[in-house]
Amino acid sequence: MTSIREPRYGLCVHPVQAIFLAGMLPLFIGAAVADAAYAKSFDIQWNNFASWLLVGGLLFGGIALVFAIIDLFRASQRTRRTLPYVLALLAAWIAGIFNALIHARDAWASMPAGLVLSIIVVVLSCAAIWLGFRTPHIRGAV
Amino acid sequence: MRHIRLIAAVSLTAVTGVSAGQTGPSQVGPSPDLPTPKTGLLPEMVIAKPAEWGDKAPTVPDGYTITAIATGLKIPRQTLVLPNGDILVAEGKGGNAPRLKPKDVIAGMIKAKGTSPVKGGNRLTLLRDAEGDGTYEASTFAENLNAPYGLALVGDDLYVANQDAVVRFDYQPGQTKAGGPPETVAPLPSEVNHHWTKAMTASADGQYLYVGIGSNSNITERGMAVEADRARIWRINARTGESRAYATGLRNPTALTIQPDTGQLWAVVNERDELGPDLVPDYLTAVQEGAFYGWPYSYWGQNIDDRVRPQDPKKVAAAIKPDYSLGAHVAALGVDFSTETMGGAFANGVFVGEHGSWNRSDPVGYKVVFVPFRDGRPSGPPVDFVGGFRDSDGTTRGRPVGVTVDPKGALIVADDLSNTIWRITPTRPAQTKQPVAAAQDAVAVQPAPAR
Repeated sequence: MTSIREPRYGLCVHPVQAIFLAGMLPLFIGAAVADAAYAKSFDIQWNNFASWLLVGGLLFGGIALVFAIIDLFRASQRTRRTLPYVLALLAAWIAGIFNALIHARDAWASMPAGLVLSIIVVVLSCAAIWLGFRTPHIRGAV
Repeated sequence: MRHIRLIAAVSLTAVTGVSAGQTGPSQVGPSPDLPTPKTGLLPEMVIAKPAEWGDKAPTVPDGYTITAIATGLKIPRQTLVLPNGDILVAEGKGGNAPRLKPKDVIAGMIKAKGTSPVKGGNRLTLLRDAEGDGTYEASTFAENLNAPYGLALVGDDLYVANQDAVVRFDYQPGQTKAGGPPETVAPLPSEVNHHWTKAMTASADGQYLYVGIGSNSNITERGMAVEADRARIWRINARTGESRAYATGLRNPTALTIQPDTGQLWAVVNERDELGPDLVPDYLTAVQEGAFYGWPYSYWGQNIDDRVRPQDPKKVAAAIKPDYSLGAHVAALGVDFSTETMGGAFANGVFVGEHGSWNRSDPVGYKVVFVPFRDGRPSGPPVDFVGGFRDSDGTTRGRPVGVTVDPKGALIVADDLSNTIWRITPTRPAQTKQPVAAAQDAVAVQPAPAR
């Protein structure tokens, strides 16, 4: 008797990639909420929170991005939908870097651009996560 | 301690020269050009690249000699010339501001590259020229202080402004070591101490001490709560320690001095960063009692700083303009009035020590300038007096801080990068010509305000 070994599509990204990909979202949401709180209260501590939450989101998103790019360049792992996923994640991450630089400005100089960018980053992150989890990933031989 | 004597044979800056073109003439004087604020994605940063002096020395005008009278100090900041000619040097490095944002961590690491890695001495060093030949011997006058900066002598009382309190030593002429630990005269605001230097001078009658207390942030980014009792000059009763605000809204008053003859208090103040290369000018001003100088709500009068929330239109309306712009980002950290013994061209005016910029792609400062005075007011653009601290490639051998005029005819400059005290003396007897006369007309000067 012979067994047939063939590639099979899995519906989920690798669990480690999944942790970092999904994990960036609450951090970016936290940053946007903190920005809103700062805009409303003028209490600088919210601005500090937003700055660090952004760094956390960028760290998580950055690790997920490395995974995704590696997938993109490994022919055996790449599917038709990998590229849109990588581009969405890259867009979220670049917007996040921009936002972090805006947040490095002192006091109200980070506003209102900081809040607007934080919301854009949340939206782009949602898109990236959606695409990431919807994209079939080749899980190798079974 | 190593003693070296360096003679600056070449003078790169002629006495007649106006300040090198790093800051345009429109940036200095009583009414500087104030461009529109610019906040880029990244603040412009050019950090000094420290290097040893070797056989080089700062440059001084023709007719002057510069000598290193003390080296190997531990972050010398301000100096005081005692009646017998001894020089006291305050050494220290203060501040305990927490890093609140990622930016604080990164910018802190970058800026530290442009300063001396030596740990602050927290002490006073006494320099004495026992033989009267211009060679000074160093000894420790007092130790275990807390980032001492401002120094003032009133009669037998030597006052030292630590970063958290004004303290007093008994001092007898000729003394080389403090008799014991100091007693506290008055506590000073010291929470956070983002700007920790406590500049100090005594009123002409010796009754009061004026102390400069810098803001706890660049522009309120540490919150308004920590700015209580900051960005102001206190007047402290030297006998009772009672203190009250003398003038407010001065972001970082880093050096104070009393004008001879008039007894008027003058200050140099460092203004806010990150609004572009030509904002906001650091300034020299006669400090008017009870006046508000704008920080944080506005600068140079009614120019609103939009980075501050909540805003305060009433305070903006009340803000007064300082007297004289030294140029944005020069980081003036020393000021003292000159005397006749400094020589004709530099006899009437103030010397200002400029530590040098970080927030400018074309660095400024890194020199000691002389602001000429006439009838008790600034009368022309600043003239370079000591230069050569920084090369155009960024190599930086020294950064001037405190400047003190020795009545015998010398300027004492503290350099906290090379940890050196420089002494500049006229090589020949005082000249009588007025080489800055032409430059004096270049900047119109406002009439003295009524006091």
